Amino acid sequence: MYRKGGVKITIVWTSARKFRIPEAHFLQNLPAFQYLCRQYFIMSDVIAAPLTAKDFATDQEVRWCPGCGDYSILAQVQKVMPTLGIPRENVVIISGIGCSSRFPYYMNTYGMHSIHGRATAIASGLKASRPELSVWIVTGDGDSLSIGGNHTIHLLRRNFDVNVLMFNNQIYGLTKGQYSPTSEENKVTKSTPMGSIDHPFNPLALAMGADASFVARTMDRDPKHLQAMLLRANQHKGASFLEIYQNCNIFNDGAFEIFTEKGSKPVETLFVENGKPLTFGAAGEKGLRLDGFTPKVVDLSEGFSTDDLWVHDETDIYKAQILTRIFDDPRSEGHLPRPFGVFYAKERACYEDMMAMQLEEAKSRKTADLDALLRGKEVWTIG
Amino acid sequence: MIRKEEVLQDVVIKFAGDSGDGMQLTGTQFTNNTALLGADLSTFPDFPAEIRAPQGTLPGVSGFQLRFSSNSIHTPGDECDVLVAMNAAALKVNLGVLKKGGKVIINTDGFDSKNLRLANYAEGDNPLENGSLDSYDVIKMDVTKMTREALKEFTLGMKEKDRAKNMFVLGFLYFMYGRDMKNTEAFLTEKFGRKEDILASNLKALHAGYNYGDTTETFTTTYKVEKARIEAGSYRSIMGNQALAYGLIAASQKSGLPMFLGTYPITPASDILHELSRHKNFGVRTFQAEDEIAAISSAIGASYGGSLGVTTTSGPGMALKAEAMGLAVMLEIPLLIIDVQRGGPSTGLPTKTEQSDLLQAYYGRNGECPMPVLSASTPADCFEAVYEAVRISVQHMTPVIFLSDGYIANGAEPWKFPQSADLSPIHVKFKTDLGHGEEKFQPYLRDEKLVRPWAVPGTPGLEHRIGGIEKQNITGNVSYDPENHQLMVKIREEKINKIADHIPEQKLDSGEEKGKVLVLGWGSTYGAIKSAVNELQEDGLSVSHAHLRYLRPFPRNLGQILSQFETILVPELNNGQLIKILRDVYLVDAKSYNKIMGLPMTKTELVEEIRKYC
Ligand SMILES: Cc1ncc(C[n+]2csc(CCOP(=O)(O)OP(=O)(O)O)c2C)c(N)n1
Ligand code: SF4
Ligand SMILES: [Mg+2]
Repeated sequence: MYRKGGVKITIVWTSARKFRIPEAHFLQNLPAFQYLCRQYFIMSDVIAAPLTAKDFATDQEVRWCPGCGDYSILAQVQKVMPTLGIPRENVVIISGIGCSSRFPYYMNTYGMHSIHGRATAIASGLKASRPELSVWIVTGDGDSLSIGGNHTIHLLRRNFDVNVLMFNNQIYGLTKGQYSPTSEENKVTKSTPMGSIDHPFNPLALAMGADASFVARTMDRDPKHLQAMLLRANQHKGASFLEIYQNCNIFNDGAFEIFTEKGSKPVETLFVENGKPLTFGAAGEKGLRLDGFTPKVVDLSEGFSTDDLWVHDETDIYKAQILTRIFDDPRSEGHLPRPFGVFYAKERACYEDMMAMQLEEAKSRKTADLDALLRGKEVWTIG
Repeated sequence: MIRKEEVLQDVVIKFAGDSGDGMQLTGTQFTNNTALLGADLSTFPDFPAEIRAPQGTLPGVSGFQLRFSSNSIHTPGDECDVLVAMNAAALKVNLGVLKKGGKVIINTDGFDSKNLRLANYAEGDNPLENGSLDSYDVIKMDVTKMTREALKEFTLGMKEKDRAKNMFVLGFLYFMYGRDMKNTEAFLTEKFGRKEDILASNLKALHAGYNYGDTTETFTTTYKVEKARIEAGSYRSIMGNQALAYGLIAASQKSGLPMFLGTYPITPASDILHELSRHKNFGVRTFQAEDEIAAISSAIGASYGGSLGVTTTSGPGMALKAEAMGLAVMLEIPLLIIDVQRGGPSTGLPTKTEQSDLLQAYYGRNGECPMPVLSASTPADCFEAVYEAVRISVQHMTPVIFLSDGYIANGAEPWKFPQSADLSPIHVKFKTDLGHGEEKFQPYLRDEKLVRPWAVPGTPGLEHRIGGIEKQNITGNVSYDPENHQLMVKIREEKINKIADHIPEQKLDSGEEKGKVLVLGWGSTYGAIKSAVNELQEDGLSVSHAHLRYLRPFPRNLGQILSQFETILVPELNNGQLIKILRDVYLVDAKSYNKIMGLPMTKTELVEEIRKYC
C-alpha cells in the first residue's frame, strides 16, 4: 500500500511485492510508479491484506434498471480498483446527478453524490487542496456536457490529476428520456416528438479543444477494454477524460449496438493502440491511412500493407484531433469505423502541483507571521 | 510671511474628479497620512461602475470622502468642509454636499468650454463666474498648467505629465494641513521604483503642489487636527475587504485548517481575492473559478477534504450559488459564503452600496434550507465578525453566510489590531477512527449540539458516502422515507437554532434598557445610527441603539430587549428586509426607515426620522 505524504522515497520492487502488486502490473506501470515516487508517495506502515473487488462494494442495494450498462461499468471499476495500489481511504469518487451519478453509493471509498453538473468543480477544489487523494469523477453526458459543460472544459484545461468517467448513453436517463447534448440529430425522444434539431457534441473533440491531456473512449460491453482504459486513465498524471459508451436499455436501448454487438463490432469499430497501425475488421483486414489530413479506409487484401497505414501515436496532438473527428453517423453511407482506445495522452503540469509549488515558494520567501500581517507597515499609537 | 495654524476638531474633505484623475489614490494617500497622525477617521470612496466613463461627464465623476477628527467618529460625514473639484462635472455632482461657507478647491483647467458642456452647463454659463459659488470660499488654481510647468524638464509625454496632476493636488493639501509627506514618498517609491522617470515626476509634482501653497502669499492659514481621544493602543488604518481577508487568514491559522478560497471576480468583493492571493505564505489557496457555481463548488470540495472552504461574491453571484449552498446544508460541512452586497436586483448598481440580500441569505434556496447569517458593521469589524463566522461554521458543521457591503468593503477606519495570541482559539476536531464499540461509521450521528462528525478522505476505516439526496438519520444512507424527511428537516433547523446557545447575548450599543425608541440596525448603518442616536441622547431623548451581528439565529435575548421599548425603528438600506424577519419571529409592530439610493445612511436623515417617534 502506498500513502502519499510529502517525503521522497524510492519504492523498490521488493516492497511492491510485499504489497502484493502483481509483477506484470508493476512493470507495466513502472514509469507511473517512478513518477509518483518522485512526487510524494511514501509507504504506509499499515500493510493490509490485498483488497478484492468485493472490498469496494457497499451494502447499498444497486438501483439501476436491470440490464443497464452502468452495472458493467461498476463491476469493472470494482475489479480494477484493488489493482491500483491505492489505499481505499485515499480514493474519492465525486459525481453529479443522473442515473450514472448514483455510482459513489456503490463504491466503498469516500464519495460524494453532489449536484447536477458540478462534480468537476467540486473535485477541482478537493484535488487542489488534497493533491495526494485519488479523485474520480463519475458523470453523465447531460451532467458533464449540458449543465456542467463549462466546468468540464475548465477542469480539462487546468489539468487537475483526476479521472473523469463520462457515461455517455446519449440520453437523459434519470429524468426519463429527453434527448441529451450527445443525442444524434433527428432523434425522437419525449421532448423531441418531431425529432431533435440540436446538433450533438463530439465529446472527445470537445475534450481535445479544451486541451485535455488524456482522451480515450471505451464501452460498457467490452469489459476487458474498459478495464484497460480505466488502468490507463489512472496511470495518466493529469486530467483523464474517458468516455464510456453506456447502454440505457430503458430510454435509448441499442444506441451503440452497432459498435458493441458481435456481428457489426469488427467492421464498425477501430481499436487504436499506441505504436500500432490502425487496422480493423474481423481479421484485421482493413486499415486506415492518411491521405493528406483525410483518413481513408483501405483494404489490406488489395495491394496495401500495414506499412501504408496510419500508425497510432498517442502523443501526436495533430493526429489525435483527426482521430477524434472520426465520428461518422454509423447509418451514413461510406462511414468510417468508430475509434476506441487512448486517442491522446501527453503529460503536462498539473494545477494542484503548481499551486502547491507556489505555496512552497511563498513560504520560503516570507514566513507566515500573523502578527506582522495584522500590524501592517503604518502604525500609530494613542495614549 | 506670517502664517497661522488653526486647530480644528473635525474635517471632511471630498476629493472629486474624473475617474481618470486618480482621486481614489489621492484620497487613500491622504487617509493613510492622516491615520499616522492618530486622528480618528472614516472614508467613503464613491466611484462609477465604468472604469473610464466618458471623460468629463457627470457619470464619470469619481469621489473619495474622508473625515478625520480628534473625537471618536463613526461616519465619513454627511457634509464636507472642503471639496476638491478637478473639473466642472465634479463640482456639479458634489456641490450639494459642501457646507455653506466651505472651501472649494477648483482646478480651473477643468472648467473650459468643453468641460462645461460635458457637465451639462448651458452655453455660456460657468459656475466660476455666475455667482453660484459666492457663499463658498473658492480657491482657484490651474493644476494642469502648474503640473506641466513643474515637469517641463521631463521628457515624458504630455499625457504622462498630466497624470501627475493628482500629486500636485495632494501636495497642496499636505501643505494646507501641515503634513509631512514621507508616507506618500515611500508609497510612490515602492509603486514606481523601477520606472525612474515616472517616480521622479510624481515626486516633483507632489512637492510642487506643496511649495505652491507654501510660497503663495494667499494661503495664510494651515490647519491641524489633534490626535483622537480614542481608546489607547496601537492602531493602523484598514479597509473592510482587507480586514475581512485578514480575519479569514487569522481564523485559518487559529483553527489549523488550511484555507481555500474559490471565487469569481465581482465588484465589490474582488479585493478580498486580490488580498488573499498575496498571502500564500499562510498556506492560503486561492482559486479563480470559471463562474460562481464552480467557485462555491470548489470550496465545498476543499471543505470536504478538510480545508476551510470559503467563497466570496456579491448579489448576482449569491443567486448563482444558491443550489450549491443547499448541497452544503445537506452535507453539513463547514463553508463560508461571503456576500459583499451592492445595489440590486440583477446587475443593479455594481459600485454602490445596499443591504438588499438579507432575505436572499435567509431564504433564497430551494427546500427548507437554514443557514446561520452574520454581518459586519464597520470596516474594522469585518475582522472580528468573519472570525466568529468561521468559528460557528467549523464548530457547528454548517455553511455560514456572511454579509458585508460596498460601503464597508471600501471604507477605511483606524483599527486597534489584536495580537494573534489574544485571539480566541478555534477548536476543530476531525474524526480519525471508529470510537469504542462503534462498528461502522455513522456520518450523521450527532452530538448534543446536533453536530455531525467531520471525517475527511484519507482517514482509514471511515469511508462513507454523502450527497444532496435526503439521508437517513444517523446512517446517512439515501432515504425517501416520509417520516425521516420530516425528522431531518426539523433536525437541520434545530441545529441552526441551537447556535443561539453558543453566541453572546445581544447588548445595547448605547442608551437605556427600557424606553421610548430602540433603533435596531444591522451591517453598515452602524456608524450613522450610532451618531444619530448619540446626538438625540445628548438632547435628552429616550433613544437606545442595538446593532445585530448575528442575524440567524438571533441572539437569545433579542425578543426580551425588543419588548422593553414603545417603538422599534429599523433603518435599512433596502425596502424593509430585517423588519420582515423581526415581525415573523417576534410578532413586533416595528417601523422601518428605508433608503434605497445606493448611498449610505446619513446621520442627519436618521436624526430627523428618529425624532418622529420620540
Ligand atoms: C439543477 C438541476 N436541473 C435539472 C435536474 C434534473 N436532472 C437530473 S438528472 C438530469 C439529466 C441526467 O442526464 P445524464 O447526465 O446524461 O445522466 P444519466 O441519467 O443519463 O446517467 C436532469 C436534467 C436536476 N437534478 N438538477
Ligand atoms: S434509465 Fe437508463 S441509464 Fe438510467 S438506470 Fe435505467 S437503464 Fe440505466
Ligand atoms: Mg445520459
